Amino acid sequence: MDLLELARGPVLQAAAYILVGGTIWRLLGIILLAKKPDYSEARGPGGLGAAAKVIWSRAYTAEPFKRATLYPKIMGYVLHVGLFATVLLFVPHIVFFEGFLGFGWPGLPNSIIFFIGVATVISGVALLVRRLTSPVLKLISNFDDYFSWFVTMLPLVTGLLIPIRLGIRYETLLAVHILSVALLLIWLPFGKLGHTFLVFLTRGTTGMVFERRGAKT
Amino acid sequence: MTTVDGRTTLDREAERLAYKPPEVRHDTQGDMTTEQRVETAMHHFVKDFNTQTASYLDGCVHCGMCADACHYFVRTDDPRYTPIWKMELFKQAYKREVGPFAFFYRLFGFKKKVTIDQLEEWQHLLYDSCTVCGRCSLVCPMGIDIAGMVSMARHGMFKAGLIPHELHETAKRAAETGSPLGITPEKFKERVEWMADEHEVDIPLNVEKADVLAVMSSIEIQKYPESIAATAKILNATGESWTFSTDGYEATNFGMLSGNLEWQKAASMKLIDTAIKLGAKTLVLPECGHAYMAMRWMGANMYGKPLPFKVLHITEYLADVMNSGRLKVKKVDKSVTFHDPCQVSRRGGATQAPRDVLKHLGVDFREMPNGGDYNWCCGGGGGVITIKRADELRHRVFKLKMDQMEATGAEELLSSCANCRQSFDDSEQHFGWNHSMGSLMEMVAENLEEQKS
Repeated sequence: MDLLELARGPVLQAAAYILVGGTIWRLLGIILLAKKPDYSEARGPGGLGAAAKVIWSRAYTAEPFKRATLYPKIMGYVLHVGLFATVLLFVPHIVFFEGFLGFGWPGLPNSIIFFIGVATVISGVALLVRRLTSPVLKLISNFDDYFSWFVTMLPLVTGLLIPIRLGIRYETLLAVHILSVALLLIWLPFGKLGHTFLVFLTRGTTGMVFERRGAKT
Repeated sequence: MTTVDGRTTLDREAERLAYKPPEVRHDTQGDMTTEQRVETAMHHFVKDFNTQTASYLDGCVHCGMCADACHYFVRTDDPRYTPIWKMELFKQAYKREVGPFAFFYRLFGFKKKVTIDQLEEWQHLLYDSCTVCGRCSLVCPMGIDIAGMVSMARHGMFKAGLIPHELHETAKRAAETGSPLGITPEKFKERVEWMADEHEVDIPLNVEKADVLAVMSSIEIQKYPESIAATAKILNATGESWTFSTDGYEATNFGMLSGNLEWQKAASMKLIDTAIKLGAKTLVLPECGHAYMAMRWMGANMYGKPLPFKVLHITEYLADVMNSGRLKVKKVDKSVTFHDPCQVSRRGGATQAPRDVLKHLGVDFREMPNGGDYNWCCGGGGGVITIKRADELRHRVFKLKMDQMEATGAEELLSSCANCRQSFDDSEQHFGWNHSMGSLMEMVAENLEEQKS
């Protein structure tokens, strides 16, 4: 078994199991802590509708905060949209998903994906620079922040290197790319990248509590 | 027993404005050992971890945006005032003791044990420099309610005897006498009788059965007693069957502000029991922000089941009776801006009520830039106004409020919280600011239309 087969096969599979297992473990660890019922008389609708509302609405920044948070917000949008696009709209990725989902979807031309990938890496670097220079970010950041940044950037960079080659064999570059994806999947449930699924809980609970009060969300 | 840190002096007699806050002052209560304090704080931090707090503590992505929403950070540029940093010890305790991966955090020492030095440092961050105003909770892209967690972290701090001296003393006085300013039932009765006499208004006291129980805050009873008369004039004008009661008259809840859950519950139960005894259908809360949070949103949870009566802030009551035509007022020819108390509006959801009332008064209402739910806090909430060593910082953040209000050019400043009003009075004096904060309810009471009999 060569490196590519190893990466594509058992490594990716193990990473997927760890991703699923770790996610379930973390979610259960949080949900099983439970919460006491709220007996106050509701003013507005709570429940899942309120959760859904805030899961959606908190993607936007309220007017009073727009100016102060402009830089991280723009970079954050580019990073997140870029990640979604490169993962889900790159044709070879779609072919890969089709392999086990049984269906595919239209993708974007490779050149556009390459451009998006570069923009995503630039936004990642811009956010890292902010983390390294802002006194607030320097104070509150820890290992998780830097390592999570690293494992997110790695698949992007290794992916972008595949068409560039740099004299390295295609199979080797692809194997390294897949291994970097495996590392991302393995780390995702344990550190701050868990916000991929935790965002539904955090925004959702706030939505339920504050919409119920009829308060600003 | 509460002990003031001996490293600096605490001169309680000194003029507030002359008071120079010490560099460091960590107060302690009780005579626990250092280890006991840490253990107690941890034990009680852990008690507050539920699905909501756990998802918040696990979900933070350290983006730091909350700093830009916090008046303390905005006015000082000190990164320690980043709201989520105020939760660092709470988070440390969660990750190490309770979180889904706590075992690994302990095994590999990824999260160190919280130390007494940290807890002492965080006394300043959890009390002196957070008014629990919740502005940060609105900017967080993950939707984390940081302010709610600050209140929870205070539970552990109180149990460990690590809260600011003055706040502890005030909360203790409230627990012992029923009022943070020491207003006993006899004193309340005296004030009510004085106001009834002074304003020639009937003020029902200790009526056996009534539909409405009205309560006051001690700041009003002591400092703004006209509020008692204003409340009476309004409730009389609506023809309501109502009363004050010496069994339950104090709406403030320093148990909640200091972090003592038992005291919080006792204060709430006093009002709940009184309302039930009267057979009241409605409990009308006074112009006080935190009293609204304590009773409207936490009261039933202290009671352990839904309350058998409605809870309304006086502004909500006014909006109700004015919207339904039960209370009529004369038009007021003035320009007015309104300061929203954080716990009533942003965190309590009653933002529209004062705007309805102002509309009925026919004033030239001028909304502040970024007002309403995004209002800057007055700086005095969350018990901060009681903490003398926090005065300099409190005045610093008040500058934002002054700018926000001045931008409207309004003649009158109104609010619906006596604590905000007190905070304004103090800061006005400090800055020699040529404005005075008034009460919305009092403006209504002064402009009631003669009732047709």
